[in-house]
Amino acid sequence: MQTLEKEKPVQSKRNRLVIVCSKGSLDMAYPPLMLATTAAAMGMEVHLYFTFWGMNMITKKTIDSLKISPVGNPAPPMPNILGMIPGMSSMVTSMMTKKMQKMKMPSIREMIATAKESGVKFHACSPSLNMMGLTKDDLVPEVDDIIGATTYHDLASEDAITLFV
Amino acid sequence: MASPETPVRPTTIVDSRGTMCPGPITDLFRAYRNSNIGDVIELLATDPAAKSDTQAWAKRSGNEIIAIIDEKDHVRVQVRILKKGR
Repeated sequence: MQTLEKEKPVQSKRNRLVIVCSKGSLDMAYPPLMLATTAAAMGMEVHLYFTFWGMNMITKKTIDSLKISPVGNPAPPMPNILGMIPGMSSMVTSMMTKKMQKMKMPSIREMIATAKESGVKFHACSPSLNMMGLTKDDLVPEVDDIIGATTYHDLASEDAITLFV
Repeated sequence: MASPETPVRPTTIVDSRGTMCPGPITDLFRAYRNSNIGDVIELLATDPAAKSDTQAWAKRSGNEIIAIIDEKDHVRVQVRILKKGR
């Protein structure tokens, strides 16, 4: 009996990246933007879906004032309990921002502009918009549209890499 | 394919020294968008990730790294543009 060796399926590389951005702190804003921009530069189709506190990354009022929270974050060089002291978050944020400026790291606003220029699509989540009492006019102009979870599934189910930040 | 040690005269030089990821790649991408097929873009970078990242970028975007030259305090990466996506 002849055994037919099944041909290995051709591993095609996934060409779409969909990242859900759900956090509004500075340290959670950089990674999705870095991944999105570089993926777009590599020729991938990239979608960022902003929901809950992630909306702060694309809201005109908050985009330039994202903070780092020392609470619940074991990395900053201080005991976690000190994070409860008022003003500690601003202190850690300004320390970090100064460091980032020194290493010429672009701001979130600049990162978003670069991502957009590279072809990244920006989607805002409609219930989050509603929950925060915002309208599309409150969002930065880079935002393409307002979508719901169903559109996310449509984007994410088609051979895509998906990440939740 | 040329060995990765034979630099040529580049069409464009992109100075990305001092920036960190994703700086070198976004700078390279900007130059790539304004380039023509056959051009050679030379990227100058101090980011230690640049060597690996430019190779991954070229592999994925269908372009060719023709030389990676270590200088004293930076690296020069030459990319030949073979394919234009967008």
